[in-house]
Parts: sequence; structure tokens; C-alpha cells
Amino acid sequence: MQHTSTQDTLVGLFVASGIVGLFFLAMQVSNLGSFTAHDSYTITARFENSGGLKVKSPVSSAGVKIGRVSAISFDTKTYQSVVQLNIDSQYNTLPEDTTASVFTAGLLGEQYVSLEAGGSDELLQDGGQIEITQSAIILEKAIGQFLFKSASEKK
Amino acid sequence: MGALYKQNDCEEHKKMIAFLDHLGKNTRTSFTKLGRGTFFLLQTLSGILSVLIRPRLLFNQMYSVGVLSFLIITISGLFVGMVLGLQGYYILSDFGAEETLGVMVAASLVRELGPVVAALLFAGRAGSALTAEIGLMKATEQLSGMEMMAVDPIKRIITPRFLAGLLSMPLLAGLFSAIGIIGGQMVGAGLLGVDEGAYWSQMQANLDFQDDIINGVIKSIVFGFVASWIALFEGYDAIPTSEGVSRATTRTVVNSAFSILGLDFILTALMFGDN
Repeated sequence: MQHTSTQDTLVGLFVASGIVGLFFLAMQVSNLGSFTAHDSYTITARFENSGGLKVKSPVSSAGVKIGRVSAISFDTKTYQSVVQLNIDSQYNTLPEDTTASVFTAGLLGEQYVSLEAGGSDELLQDGGQIEITQSAIILEKAIGQFLFKSASEKK
Repeated sequence: MGALYKQNDCEEHKKMIAFLDHLGKNTRTSFTKLGRGTFFLLQTLSGILSVLIRPRLLFNQMYSVGVLSFLIITISGLFVGMVLGLQGYYILSDFGAEETLGVMVAASLVRELGPVVAALLFAGRAGSALTAEIGLMKATEQLSGMEMMAVDPIKRIITPRFLAGLLSMPLLAGLFSAIGIIGGQMVGAGLLGVDEGAYWSQMQANLDFQDDIINGVIKSIVFGFVASWIALFEGYDAIPTSEGVSRATTRTVVNSAFSILGLDFILTALMFGDN
């Protein structure tokens, strides 16, 4: 097989387009483009029930994503769900009396942690803990309560 | 009567023994072949250094393995992506979830269809050509001729082709997925009216670089390894007649398809198990 400069060009084009394809997948398709290696700090929140929350679920405040859930564990002493939240360092002005709630995005959407800032002057530090939490709404429970309530009203 | 029975018995025995003989021989042959294949693979791998010293050999093969498969891969990728866009839209619109079309198209392409379909096309387009080429070289005694001239045919002929397949496969699979995603966007956002921003943003929010893209690339490297190995070994091991070469070519396509699909199941179970 003769090697001509046309052939070299074609191989070069092929390799370049392959790399462009992979680069496109990495940047445009996956979350790598929006991933920034910001420093982050960790705070914990204890929920009575964290529902369908998963590791990597978003943490948002006022609708803006400010971090991710990094770990979820079960406390065998208090029977609570201990959720670790990784918050971007640029959002380091959360007051100490911030409220954490587990909400669902849309009717069937994924669950996320919503943080609502309180009015305290003290700020949450790395390793700090959120004291006021609101559990995930369990649909079966809500329906059960509704039925129970409407049944008792009829009497 | 007694003698007749005995004779019948004897016939049955003979049949049984012939069957066992056949079974044993076949099993042994296939194990021998697997052994030869593994030995062949080790020989091929041992030639990598000498190919790196002469990259021109690899370059020529990149052309015939990669560049010549480029067109079939891109066109198939485009159409697979467009079909995914259509089918996904019909099903998702039943649930009012057209916005997640991008996730569906991208996840199925990057995780499964990209590596698998690209590898199947690669086996059909490049693998069969490699087998026929090597088989014909063997039939026309070019390989023995090289050995006579003290040129190692494995290092000179096989290893460059193997490396070219190994390098081309992830590039081809990446191209396939990327073009498929663009095809899905053309149909979904262009024809069917899915919001273009939602198509991309949902995709970016739900696909992970580590879990999805890297695992897809690993898959395609494994498939490239297996498809090139099978194609080259079948060619090298072919009976050096025209019929032998044609049979070897068929075996390449069939065995590659089986191995790729079987390995895909194992890799998927390993990679995407905990979700």
C-alpha cells in the first residue's frame, strides 16, 4: 500500500473528527461542562424521613442549585436519616438557622433538598448541622391523612 | 434370536461410541482453537513495541480500518439517532414527558447503541475485510514468504492491524453517539417541536461524565479489542483455500457479533448495576 499525503490527511481528519465526537459527548452531552471544580464545604441535616433522596441529588436555595447530596446514612441512635450536603464554597453565607426541606421537582420528578435561609447572624461552618428540617412528603401518608380527615368530617 | 439381539446391541454401542467420539473431538478442537487464539493474541501483543518504532505501518492500517469505516458509521449513527428521536417522542408524549427526549436518546446511544452498533458495523465492515485479507495472504503464501525472508508476519502484518482496530473503535463509537444525538435533536427539536433548550439541558443534567461517557468508551475499547482479535485470528487460522477463506470471513462476523453482544451484557451488568 502506498502512503500518499491524501491518505495522511484522511487519517488525520478521521482521528480529529473522532476526538471532536468524544469531546462533544464529554462537554455537550454529559454534566462535565457544568461541572466546576469549586471548593465545597459539608454540612449535615437530620431528617425524620428523607424519602427518595439519593446521593448526588441537587441542593438548591431559592431555586438555584448550590450543591449536591454527598452521603445519606441512618443514625441507629436517633432513628433519623443523616444527609450530608456538599455546598459550593462561594455560597458560604448560609445562616445557622437555615431550614432544610426535602421537596419533589414536578409531580414525578426527582427529590431535592431545599435550603431556606433564616435570620441569624451566625453562619453555618464546614461540618455544621442544620437544626430545623422538614421531612419528605410521603404520598401514601398524605392520601391516608386526607381520607381519614374526610371520613371524620362526614360523621 | 440371541445372536441378532447381540448384533443390534453392538450396533447401538457403536453409534453411541461414535457420538461420544464426535462430541469429544469437537470439544477438543474448540479448546485447541481457543488455545491457539490466546497464543496468537500474546504474539500479537508482543509485537506492539516494534510497531511503535515504525508507526507508518499503523498509520496505513488506520486508513483502511478507520477511515474507510467512517462513512457507514456516521450515516448509521445519524439514522439510528433519528429513529430514536421519533420512537422516543411517540412514547414520551403519552406521558407528557417530551422534554426528557434528549436524556432518552443520549443515554441509550452513549451507554448501549453507540458502542454496540458501531462494533457490529465495525465487525461487518472492517473485521470481514481483515479476515479476507489475511486469509488470502495465507492462501497465496505471502505469510510464509515473509517468514522465509526473516520478517515476522505477526509483527509486520497482524499487530499494526490489531492496534489500528483498537484505536479506531472508540473514535468510531464516539462519532456514532455524537452524530446520533444530533440526529435525535434534528428530528425531536426540528420536526416534532420538542424544546431545543430542554433537549440539551435535561441531557446534561442526567448524564454523568464518569458513569456514562467513560463507561461507553471503555465498552467500545473492549469491543474493538475483541472484534480485531477475532477477525485477525480467523484470517490467520483460515484453511488456505478459497472456501476456507470464505468460511473464515463468515465466522468472523458471526463470532464477533456473539462476543460483542455477550460481552455487552456482562459489561452493562458490571457498570450500571448500582443505580
